[in-house]
Amino acid sequence: MKLVILATLPGLITLSYFFGPGTLINVFTAGIMAIACEALVLKLRQRPVMFYISDYSALVTGVLLGLALPPYAPWWVIAVGCISAIILAKQLYGGMGYNPFNPAMVGYVILLISFPLEMTQWAMPRTLLAEGQALTGPIDGLAKMWFATPLDAYTGATPLDVFKQNNSQLVQHLYDTKPVFSTGRWAGAGWEWANIGFLMGGCFLLYKKVFTWHAPVSMLLALSVMAAMFNDGGSSNSGGSPLFHLLSGATMLGAFFIVTDPVSSATSNKGRMIYGAAIGVLIYLIRTWGNYPDAVAFAVLLLNFAAPFIDYYTLPRTYGHSKARRGTEKEVE
Amino acid sequence: MRKVWDIHGGIHPPENKQQSMQHALTSLPLAPELVLPLNQHIGKPAIAIVAEGDTVLKGQLIAKAAGPISANIHAPTSGTVSAIEDRTLPHPSGGSGPCIVISSDGKDTWTKLDACENYQSLDHNTLLEKIRNAGIAGMGGAGFPAAIKLNPRGNLKIDTLILNGTECEPYITADDTLMQTRAQEVVAGAQILAQLLGNPKNVLIGIEDNKPEAIRAINKALSDAENKQFEVVSFATKYPSGGEKQLIQILTGREVPAGKLPADVGVVCQNVGSTVAAYRAVRFGEPLISRITTVVGEALEIQRNIEVPIGTPIGYILEQHGFTAANVSRLIMGGPMMGFALNTADVPVIKTTNCILAPSRVEMPAPPPAQACIRCGMCAEACPASLLPQQLFWYSMAEDLDKLEAHNIADCIECGACSYVCPSNIPLVQFYRASKGAMKQHAIDKEKSDRSRARFEFRQQRVEKAEVEKEAKRAARKVAAEAAKAKLAAKQAADGESPKSDGTADVVAAAIAKAKTQDLSPEVQLAKLERALSSASSRLDRTLARAEEAEGEKKDAILARVKDAELKVSDAKTKLADFQARENG
Repeated sequence: MKLVILATLPGLITLSYFFGPGTLINVFTAGIMAIACEALVLKLRQRPVMFYISDYSALVTGVLLGLALPPYAPWWVIAVGCISAIILAKQLYGGMGYNPFNPAMVGYVILLISFPLEMTQWAMPRTLLAEGQALTGPIDGLAKMWFATPLDAYTGATPLDVFKQNNSQLVQHLYDTKPVFSTGRWAGAGWEWANIGFLMGGCFLLYKKVFTWHAPVSMLLALSVMAAMFNDGGSSNSGGSPLFHLLSGATMLGAFFIVTDPVSSATSNKGRMIYGAAIGVLIYLIRTWGNYPDAVAFAVLLLNFAAPFIDYYTLPRTYGHSKARRGTEKEVE
Repeated sequence: MRKVWDIHGGIHPPENKQQSMQHALTSLPLAPELVLPLNQHIGKPAIAIVAEGDTVLKGQLIAKAAGPISANIHAPTSGTVSAIEDRTLPHPSGGSGPCIVISSDGKDTWTKLDACENYQSLDHNTLLEKIRNAGIAGMGGAGFPAAIKLNPRGNLKIDTLILNGTECEPYITADDTLMQTRAQEVVAGAQILAQLLGNPKNVLIGIEDNKPEAIRAINKALSDAENKQFEVVSFATKYPSGGEKQLIQILTGREVPAGKLPADVGVVCQNVGSTVAAYRAVRFGEPLISRITTVVGEALEIQRNIEVPIGTPIGYILEQHGFTAANVSRLIMGGPMMGFALNTADVPVIKTTNCILAPSRVEMPAPPPAQACIRCGMCAEACPASLLPQQLFWYSMAEDLDKLEAHNIADCIECGACSYVCPSNIPLVQFYRASKGAMKQHAIDKEKSDRSRARFEFRQQRVEKAEVEKEAKRAARKVAAEAAKAKLAAKQAADGESPKSDGTADVVAAAIAKAKTQDLSPEVQLAKLERALSSASSRLDRTLARAEEAEGEKKDAILARVKDAELKVSDAKTKLADFQARENG
């Protein structure tokens, strides 16, 4: 768990570098709130508080939620998110190990549905700032967060927003005209680097054998395949290139920090490949034809539902058995 | 170099094998008292054939195997049987069971042994009998009676004999020591086992590559014996390569099908210790009364391997090795992975005791408290049977026996690799053991209830059947009576007589009809009546004869019976007369 937090650092640093200290503030606030929620419920449930807090699972949930929230989100948005994630999605199901859904994603989705305005105001990357304009500083950011002090035009459309609101323009045209693309390299200024940051963190965790490659790799592959299939050479109907999808939105954060959550995912390696691939496909479907610009949270929650079903069909073949069994199948000689 | 296969999963715990290899193999002075549990093996406990106070000689049979799946037990030294009573057993349960206790006389006098120099000429059954009589039970830890494995069911062709010198469990070096010091006996034993199994094509001695000395020793013994058919196969060290099923997979690539025996895939596997015991049993007639055991752990001053008589109390052994009770974290029989903690040192070494582990608190601290399972799947990566331990744990907690069965809990070999890698420190194997117990109990209960249900249903069927038969008879009688009535009426009408309805006539007609339905021809009926008459009269004669002999009150009773018999005779006569009259007229 400590390694997971460590592995978010490259992504966190790039996000903060490009979009200002908002994400950093989010992560700190959400981390503290998540631990507070966890401690509160553990106290109510009369469980040893320190014993469970020190497994760092609440902190991880808080950090992941903080990373997913828009910079400078109001404090009450973060609070509602943490309460939903820790109390509703985790502790009410029995706490660590018993939650059927990824807590951070439950928190995120509840916020996205409840407070669409607050949840869609992403900060502009530093490359888009007007002449003489500076990134929001930590003081201003905290003031916005706690006292709703307005900030000067700090928000901008994300690359996925741009694609969503594509008014019959060729992809090449979008890349040339929209500043978020023209100041970036492959998939939008800031976002591409944040995704590369999370990819690096993910590779570190893979190297450390915190999780296996099955779920993240199959998710990224499925997403790439879908994108390649519907890219159609960059017409106005194009959903974007595989590279664009791999490096936008929450793709890498999702692949290595959300999809790999063992508690709510499928169990066997085969199951995790199916689980990951289905999430990849769903992300593409929702991004391209759904109502929301990004889709990691929805795709993950839908597959959390399906995980027990996947488990039922993906038991490995046990030593001494000629074939794999189903979850409740009686064996016939 | 022979091809070896890999097994799924497995772990690499610290080997900790060098501690006990510093000293040469030795033996201890004889313990004053030896305790021999009647059940040291898998199967039925042996039956004691000595009584308290008996004098026994070393090697003398003191308890007989109870049936085929059981093993003889012999006196490990000479002395007197001081008690046959319940003592604490070296068993995870910490329970007690019947033991023969022998007070040593210190002379260690052997009984007469049946040595055999040219055992190569012995036939199959004699060899097998010698091994069976020696009471050899798998010395690698499982304790399965060796003679059964060596005599696979009739038609199974064995093409591979495997000697298990893997010893993959940390700390234990008993088999390593045995192979280094008694390599010739291992090879000679292998020859005997091969002979028993009809000289299988492959005879493989499997040893992990962390025992180069043992590999060298066995290879030397093989070349000394000019044996070119047998082969030492060494393979990468990984726990639990020494599990029987795992070793078979490593050396042959075959998997023993679930619920079957290695012999079903043409393989027989024996521990090297059991092999040497088999050799000594055949060559010298020596029964299994001692074994090599590793005594190891930082709570001891001396760590080494000892040849120790079966039945020697652990406490006595620890004493001889400078044991400090204050330092030990827990006393373990067997290795750190599959061994079990002993509550007391007051238990004996048995045939399966390959190690006595007395680790210090620093060496083996108490396990940290278990946290929640996060289903990370490390256990599934480590499982040599390709199970999903996290799911088994989940269903164990929920006591969902059907799901456990479907997830193949029966194929768990309880190696403990899953518990070892678990980041939440969950003692997974304990859960599986408990669940297996629960499933066993459930199966017993189910069989019981199935049996009583079958019994009940059978009775129900029988009662119904009887009812149906009765009903059919009743209906048949009714039909016959009606037919008879109609016939009678028709006859009377034909005779021109006025039909008279007389109750008695009806009954008689019915009786006749009944006799008819029974399809008895007049001859048969006549014979029957005559038989009745003759039996009645002979009964009368007998009773009369007894009446003459009897006296007093008895006579009255018999006279009453005479009357009864006379009545029966006259009754029979009347019936016969009636019948004759009817037939004639």
